[in-house]
Formats: sequence, structure tokens, C-alpha cells
Amino acid sequence: MNARPHSYVPVAATAAFLIALAAALSSQTAPSPALSLLSRDGRRTLPIAPVADQEFVALDDLAAAFQLTVREESLGAVTVSYKGKTIVLTPDQALASVAGRLVSLPAPPSRNGRRWLVPVEFISRALSLIYDVRLDLRKPSHLLVIGDLRVPRIAVRYDPLGPAGRLTIDATPRATATVTQEAEHLTIKFDADALDVPNPPLAAPGSPGLILGVRNVDATTLAVDLGPRFAGFRAASQPVDTTTRLVIDLVVAQTDTPAGVPTTSAPPPQPPPSDLPPSFGQPVSAFRTIAIDPGHGGEDEGVKSADGVKEKDLTLAVARRVKGVIEARLGLRVLLTRDDDRSVPVDERTSVANNNKADLFVSLHVNGSMRPATSGASIYIAAFDRDAAQASAGGGERVPTFGGGAREIELVPWDLAQTRHLDQSSAFADVLQQALHDRVPLTAKPVDRAPLRVLESANMPAILIELGYLTNPEQAKLLAGDAFQNAVVQALFDAIVKFRDSLPGGGTH
Amino acid sequence: MARRVAIAGTLAVMVLFAVTVFVAKRGFPAFRSTTVAKPAPATTPSPVPAPPGRKIKARLFYVSQDGVGLTSVERDVAYGDAADDQAREIIAAQIAPAVEPLVSAVPPGTTLRAVFITKSGDAYVDLSREARSAHPGGTLNELLTVYTIVNALTANLPAVTAVQLLIDGKEVDTLSGHVDLRRPLVKNLAWVQ
Repeated sequence: MNARPHSYVPVAATAAFLIALAAALSSQTAPSPALSLLSRDGRRTLPIAPVADQEFVALDDLAAAFQLTVREESLGAVTVSYKGKTIVLTPDQALASVAGRLVSLPAPPSRNGRRWLVPVEFISRALSLIYDVRLDLRKPSHLLVIGDLRVPRIAVRYDPLGPAGRLTIDATPRATATVTQEAEHLTIKFDADALDVPNPPLAAPGSPGLILGVRNVDATTLAVDLGPRFAGFRAASQPVDTTTRLVIDLVVAQTDTPAGVPTTSAPPPQPPPSDLPPSFGQPVSAFRTIAIDPGHGGEDEGVKSADGVKEKDLTLAVARRVKGVIEARLGLRVLLTRDDDRSVPVDERTSVANNNKADLFVSLHVNGSMRPATSGASIYIAAFDRDAAQASAGGGERVPTFGGGAREIELVPWDLAQTRHLDQSSAFADVLQQALHDRVPLTAKPVDRAPLRVLESANMPAILIELGYLTNPEQAKLLAGDAFQNAVVQALFDAIVKFRDSLPGGGTH
Repeated sequence: MARRVAIAGTLAVMVLFAVTVFVAKRGFPAFRSTTVAKPAPATTPSPVPAPPGRKIKARLFYVSQDGVGLTSVERDVAYGDAADDQAREIIAAQIAPAVEPLVSAVPPGTTLRAVFITKSGDAYVDLSREARSAHPGGTLNELLTVYTIVNALTANLPAVTAVQLLIDGKEVDTLSGHVDLRRPLVKNLAWVQ
């Protein structure tokens, strides 16, 4: 008991030291904020004074930058004039009268000695109304764009795709970019006057060895620093609403393949999930990767219920639940063909599964009918017309090998890859139907075949599940609920376990 | 002499009358036969419209009562001379607004731009953009829309074995993201109840 009061002394001293150290470090690393003014003439900065939670700029700084006349009136008001137009500010009032029109400000003007300070929003809400050139305030990035400059906001995201990875770079408003490889980095040059981009553009790459980071090179250029595992890239861009989305797929080096051999072999084996015991001496499951495809996305909303529930949102919600449960409870790798609200071309969806050698492909959808009473879940497997089977069995081709000689390789057209897996797809559909049977309502014919575009190219067992009908008002409410979605996830979990165990060797090799 | 002239004149008048009556009733035989014998080109619209009122019986397809399939209905459809003409008449009747209680799987506002049939029996049905833009989505809806058109031709015209849909004159991947339309699709009556 007696020792306790004394123990506070070193603790308090340590805390005080840490606080002082933190303050010293922050004063070193966080420079005082400034507003960057970007115009045809170049870039200037304007000091920002933080007061409470607001950011202020000095009126005389603005006056110098924009050729304004600032005058204190006799009754305490401040007038700001530009080419015959006037803004009137009143102390202690979060309002401004702009050419006779009242606009609100987040805080009243504040006096600091002889200087008047106004919230930075004064620029966008008041000054822009009397100024004769466009003023575009980007508050989060402390940027003010003066005039009609093309300064897209850049958002960079990195997603690991198995051993490989994908950089997604959104430019809003739209701006195209060219990607070139130079030595150990990729250069991304935007067709713009400047970029509104954080520094660094990408906080944490999350894939050691593949990319080391993304950095700003100049006003319109980013650079991606590449790691030793990088082997190549593929870039594609497409407009999404007012954004240009640039997707750069990064390909990893095939370390187990001799140099010069085409990289068509399997990707490097994945390390076992850290929460599973090591598998020394144990058979390793051959069933390791599942691709889940949340249907639709972005501008393609899919079916919409009368209440506004969208198919694209439901499929993504269920896909995320499936991923969480399967990865946590089975230790399998689950790839999502999209993990946000974006439009993904059909071939790109199948590519995620094929390129990562997924062992199962499940496309999630929600149905629609012209008859509002129609309800129930159904499962589709691919159907091929006419000569598809013949075409897929087109035989092999002899290719030369190292050291002379030749070997036969199988050639299967991309669009017909599924023809070789139809039996297994049908088997999984049956297992899934049984798993769904007691949990969610099914249609009268729950398993059907149809020429569905997303299944045809899947080079593994593949099904498309329609969870229910959004055009049925009662079922629409059900589909959006946790209970229904959890039931679907549990059914998929059970079906995957049963299917895996039914494979030759019980899914192991 | 005068009597002879009178008899000859009477005979001439009678012959002229008889010829006039024949022509009035039957027309000029030679002229009519050349018109009928003129064959219509195989892949271009016939300049001669079908005789008004001439009809054929055709099976048209609508959404079934339970909403999960198609049901077929026999309807009178205008006769077309060539296979293309007949195909055009069938599709026009199929995509026309359905009369209650029938429900069409073809989006409202869809119009037919063209139909042509290849020698191998593939029909290309070119629909207006509403077939995509007004489509309500959903795998089943899309299947029923597609097989309404595919079956309307393959079930009624033996010359047509498969159908490919075009939109605004162009090939499309799908109508609303599901059914592969990059190739002609064969008849599938499994969707018909």
C-alpha cells in the first residue's frame, strides 16, 4: 500500500517525456498546413491557421492572391470587393452577404491582432460567386484549383490476388493515363495539368516483393516501384461514371519454372493459412481455392426491387460473408471477382478464377421475373449448343521442348473451357441443392442448364446461383436480411465441404 | 350488198363485245402470268406484299402463369411469301404488346429492325436497343426473352435451325449480363411448359 504513491512518479515522468517527444516529433514531421493554389501560372501556397476544428486563411493573404480590396467599415463589418462586386462579413456571424445574397460559413470570421481570418470555405462559398475565374476548392487535399485546369483526384488501391496483385487507380474527373515499364518501376503518366493525389499515393502496398511502393514523380506522373517477384503487367482502363479506372494486373515471377519456359504452369504454392496447424507428413488438400463472383456492380445494378434493393449490393454482401466464413473455418483461399461497387467485364471475372487455378467458381446472382409471385432459389450450370463439345475436344498440338523433341499440349478454346467440367459442375449443383433445400425456398426445378456467359469460360467446376427473386416483394425483404444471407452462406459452406470430400482421394493428394 | 355489210357489222360488234367481256372478267392472260412467275430474291424483302387477309397459324410464346417458363399460344400471323418475310411477320407478332392475361418476356418498346436467314438455317433477328435498355434483368427474365425469339422462329419455320439476336445491327454479348448471345442458339422447348 505504501509503495503505490511513489510508483506514480516514474510513470508520470515517463508519460511527460513521451508527450514531449511526440510533440517534438510531430513538430518535425508535420509541417504547418498550407493551401496550394494551382493555376496556369503555377503553384503558390497560402498559410492556413487552424483554430479549434476549423481551418482559416487570412483575408489579406487572399486579397494579395486574388486582387481583392478589403475594408473595415465603421460598424465593425468587413467588406471584400472584386471588380465592383462586394462580400460583407459581420464579426461573430457565420454568414456572408455575397452581392446581396446570404451564404452560410462553417464559422464566423475571426480577428487575430490586426488580421482578419475567414474559414477556407469562404473561398468556395463566397469568393467563387464574385470571382470571374472558376475556383475549385479541394479541402481534403488542401488544394485550390484556379481556372479550367484538368486536375483529377487520384485514388490508388492495391489488392492481392493470390500470389499476384492488382493496382486500381481511379482518376476523377476522367483522365487517361499511359503505363510504361522503365527498369525497376512502372511509370504512369496522366493526360492532365496536375494531379490531386495524396503523398504517398498508396499508404501500404501489402505485398512485399511485388511492389515496394507508389510515389509522385512530377505534377502528372506516378511511379510504381517494383519488387523482385514482379514479372510483368497488364493494364486496362475503362470509364466508370465520371471516373477513369486504370487497372494494372501485376504478374509474379514463376520461380519454379526454368527461364524461357512459357509461364503457363501453376502459380507458386500458397503458404498454409497461419491459423492452421502445419501439415508436415500430412496429405495436402488439392482443393485450395474458391472464386466467388458477386454478380453485376457499378453502373450495372442488376435487378432492382420495388423498394430499391439492388442485386449488385446483395451479391456483394453475400460474397463477403462467404469469403469470411470459408477462409476462417476451412482455411481455403477465397477470391472475390470484385470487392467493391464496380463494373467488372465478364471475361475478367472468369480470368480471376482461371489465372489463380481456382478449384470451384460460384457466381452469385438474384433473379427477376415478369410475374411478381415467382419466388425461390435456383442453380444453373452451363449449357452448350451444337458443336461446342466437338470444338472443345479439338485435340492437342505438338510444341517444341527444351533440349529438342516435342510434346503434345491440350488446346481448349477459352469460351468452351467449361465443357470439360460439366459433370463436376452438375455434381456440385446437386450437392448445393441438397444443402439449400431445408434452409431457403427453392423453385420447382432448382437445377437447370443454360448458356450463361460467365460460366462458359470457367476452367473448373462452376455454377451460378440465383438466390431468389427481387421482383417478389416478400422475397425482396427476405433477401436483404441477415437470416436469409446466413442461411445461404451456411448452405454454400456445407456444399463446399461435401463436394471437396467427394473428390477423388477426398480432396487430397 | 347492204344486207351483207349489216350482217358483217353485227358479227363484228358481237365479237368485240365478247372480247371486252372476257378481258373485263379475267384480265389479260399473258400479262398476269409473267407477274406471278417472277421469283422473289431469297434474302431481300419481296416487293409484292402478301395478299391481304391471308394468314398462317403460328406458335407464339409468353411468360407462363408461374413465371418460371414459357407457354405457347397459337395465333394467326400474316402470310409471307419468302422465309425472311414469314420470319419478319412472326417476330413482329411476337414482340407486339401482349394482350392480357398474356405477359410478354420481350421488353416493352422493342421493335424489329430486320430479319435475315442464311442458307445454313441461321436466322439473325435485329432488334431495337430497347431489348437491352428496357430489360428488367435477372437470369430467368433474360432466358425467357431470348428463347421467346429463338423458339418463335425455330418452332414455326423448319428452314430456321438457330437464331442469333442482334441489337441495333450489332452483335452483343448478352442482353442483361447472363445469356451468351455471341452465337446462334438452337430451339429449346425445355423452357416451354
